[in-house]
Amino acid sequence: MNVFNTLTAPVLMLRENRIDTDVIFPARFLLLMQRDGLGEYFCRDRRRDAQGSFVANAIDDAAVQGAGILLAGKDFGCGSSREQAVWTILDFGITCVIAESFGEIFAANCVRNGVLPIVLDAAAIDRLETAARCGGLTIDLVGSTISWGGPDAGSIPFPIAANDRERLLNGWDETAMITCRWQKDIIRFETAQRRACPWLYEESCL
Amino acid sequence: MSARTLYHKLWDAHVIAEVDPAGDPRAALIHVDRHLLHECSTHQSFASLRASHRGVHRPETHLAVPDHAVATQEDRLTRPADGAAGSQVAELARNAADFDIPFISLADPRQGIVHVIGPELGFTLPGITLACGDSHTSTHGAFGALAFGIGASDCATVLATNAIVQRRADTLKVELRGLPGRCVGAKDIALALIAAYGAGFAAGHAVEFTGEAVLRMSMAARMTLCNMAIEAGARIGLIAPDDVTLEYLRGRPMAPSGALFEQAAAYWLSLRSDPCAVYDREVSLDLAGLEPMVTWGTNPQDAVPISGLVPQPPAEIEAARQHGKTLAAMGLAPGQSLVGLPIDVVFIGSCTNGRIEDLREAAAAAAGRKVAPGVRAMVVPGSMAVRRQAEAEGLDGIFRDAGFEWRMAGCSMCVAMNEDRLAPGERCAATSNRNFEGRQGRGGRTHLVSPAMAAAAAVAGCLVDVRHAESAR
Repeated sequence: MNVFNTLTAPVLMLRENRIDTDVIFPARFLLLMQRDGLGEYFCRDRRRDAQGSFVANAIDDAAVQGAGILLAGKDFGCGSSREQAVWTILDFGITCVIAESFGEIFAANCVRNGVLPIVLDAAAIDRLETAARCGGLTIDLVGSTISWGGPDAGSIPFPIAANDRERLLNGWDETAMITCRWQKDIIRFETAQRRACPWLYEESCL
Repeated sequence: MSARTLYHKLWDAHVIAEVDPAGDPRAALIHVDRHLLHECSTHQSFASLRASHRGVHRPETHLAVPDHAVATQEDRLTRPADGAAGSQVAELARNAADFDIPFISLADPRQGIVHVIGPELGFTLPGITLACGDSHTSTHGAFGALAFGIGASDCATVLATNAIVQRRADTLKVELRGLPGRCVGAKDIALALIAAYGAGFAAGHAVEFTGEAVLRMSMAARMTLCNMAIEAGARIGLIAPDDVTLEYLRGRPMAPSGALFEQAAAYWLSLRSDPCAVYDREVSLDLAGLEPMVTWGTNPQDAVPISGLVPQPPAEIEAARQHGKTLAAMGLAPGQSLVGLPIDVVFIGSCTNGRIEDLREAAAAAAGRKVAPGVRAMVVPGSMAVRRQAEAEGLDGIFRDAGFEWRMAGCSMCVAMNEDRLAPGERCAATSNRNFEGRQGRGGRTHLVSPAMAAAAAVAGCLVDVRHAESAR
């Protein structure tokens, strides 16, 4: 998994509420079986017409090319659990999403892929939006701050669960970490569960 | 021990280890007892297992079935499979075979939507943790199981370890007060609840549904309610196991039997929230006077009673802009009546409303009538078992006589990954769970309703109040 440490990048603004994962990655593209190279499908139906030609849209605006940070509204990534919604933004170049709230599964999927999800209130995001219009933002995960330069240079802290922060900073593979740290505990748990709930281990129930 | 909610009992029973008691006290490694897999969210999970040379920890605890991309035409086993969908289904079969995971093929009489067949087979049981790469996994919470949707990476982790790191959720008690009237069911209740409190209102919470109405609900209705918990933002919906739950499970192929069932049942009944248990939050919904609901927008919270009107734009500028955008996408105007709105397509099915009870409800509204000219209406049973049961009851005849297409089991037009999709501009009354922009096909317009309302709309050719349609007979 990618390590997330610091990021200085231009900002894409999609400050609409409830941009669901069907908008982020339309379901028909779920038939594709790769995880790489999905960036061209990011918000596909907002960006291209039915014939596949680009239409004027906020995402492909020349001013935000190379965006690495996305500012969103409430419930960003709500809906389907499709991890393609994270793979597509990652391939598009975005590794940090700042929103008023997230679909929970989407936020969990972000952390699994080295994408930093940050929750801030609308006023704080307003401030970031203003700052970002004069240049990019810098995200520092070590110090848990977002800063910006220019005449009104400043910075604000952001909250992040210790557990997620650690994963992102180290780029840990979740499965490897669980196996390495808790393999014996899992076996111990299952031995105890077999005694307490034997029906879960009955051959006929499996 | 202090009084605990159902959620806390389930959580406590599955904690393997704390992760970081000082830094992140809610995070724990929890055991995943059962895992459902479908073709659309797991190909990369298996790819990652292969890449890291990992095996599956306990293959027998998983169950794989194709549902999302499968065709639903009656000749689907003999017709040439769509290239991409066919490969995805074949990939699931290959992965299941390579990793010794029980697999239900498209030709298997048990095939159906993961969230329909899990309960049907008794794979879903009270007291378990159940994960699936699908957000509607909340459905299984109707049994008092801790069930939640995960992404493809987490599916790989669950395959390799039967464990996952989760953060303990806050608890939210939803109390349904009173009893619903005629032709008002779990779907209407779910939509009314989300409309009342907002789409994300339950985010971060495990929702437990309570109240006399819940006690009286069939398992199918309870599943509809828990299924829609994710549309309220909650990954987890829960209902305490009771006699209705036990009766449903008795005799299911994968449920315990004999003395073991009785032993399990005693445990399951002990899971209900203690009388003095404290929830982090409580909300309620009065069911008296509740009407059949219908959505007008592109999120399930955009729901109004069928007698209602398309809302006027809100005062706040940004909200008004979004409102305008939504109405443009839906081809509607503020103040417009929902009753009488012409529809092109009717879709009855999905993990929300594709069970036998749902089909009975739809058949009752369609019996002896005809689908209106120009309307394409389809019934897609949630599983092949539901389809067979419906045929045994003669429901297929009612639907066919009325002019509905009678399909094979799958997700179909809920997710529009197969050929069942809306054309741009088409308007659909759907019993599914999401009216997201483009969800049923690019440019399609979705109105979420109950099975009875969908069938009534098919017959009328427009949205109608099924209660009036019924009494007009």
